Amino acid sequence: MNLVQVFFYVMAFITLASAVYVAATKNLVRSIFMFFITLFALAGLYVLALADFVAITQIVIYVGGILVLILFAFMLSGKESLNYISGRESKFISINKIAGLFLSALFLVVLVNIIVKVDPNNLDWIKRSVSEKNDIQPDTNMTENIGINLMTQYLLPFEAISVLLMIALVGAAHISRKEKNA
Amino acid sequence: MIVSAVLFCVGLYMIVTKQNAIQVLIGIELMLNAAILNLVAFGRYDRFANGGQMFALFAIVLAAATTAVALAIILNVYKKYKTIDPGQIDQLKD
Repeated sequence: MNLVQVFFYVMAFITLASAVYVAATKNLVRSIFMFFITLFALAGLYVLALADFVAITQIVIYVGGILVLILFAFMLSGKESLNYISGRESKFISINKIAGLFLSALFLVVLVNIIVKVDPNNLDWIKRSVSEKNDIQPDTNMTENIGINLMTQYLLPFEAISVLLMIALVGAAHISRKEKNA
Repeated sequence: MIVSAVLFCVGLYMIVTKQNAIQVLIGIELMLNAAILNLVAFGRYDRFANGGQMFALFAIVLAAATTAVALAIILNVYKKYKTIDPGQIDQLKD
């Protein structure tokens, strides 16, 4: 067991533990900040999968953008949501939670079963890519390659997503605007 | 991959059980992240075309756009109904 594997298990444990805590806690503020930790640990996992650019993007967009948006919405929706949550604290396990837990446990069993059956380390195309030296080594510079690919092979999706992002932001601003002078 | 499966199921559990729209949104984000983790993990074996990592980037940007729109909708709904419990919002028109 080398250092990379140790790091992988530590990061995976942090991710899963904080995700479970996010789901289990009653306190919305705590759940948002644990979500923050989940995202950081996920970025660590991306680095361990040798995708450093994706990890940086994850930190910038999720932690910088989405989390601030969620906090903002939480503060705007104010005290009422907190009171609402604390009012329901009496019953920990109610009927609908049992149903949800059952559903997600069932999903987990199915997914793990599929993963074990597929046996992802012995897939055909992965073996081929390893034998053709097509897999990423720790010393390759991926960011340059990603930039070149983004401007050549993936140019159309790139433009499409930029237009989509602009539409989404304009739409969000329009929806959340005050209605008085509309 | 098992990490990602567990993450997906936690997100699903959150969506089904939570009574707060913001927490449902966090659940959706967890599920998206599980999917992105799989993409990145397999993207390791594609050095020249970068299919996995590129798709992961697009997925992250899409998630950001989704969240922005969803939060705007949540704020509007809060202004109208004074609650963010999805179970209590029962009409579409004004």
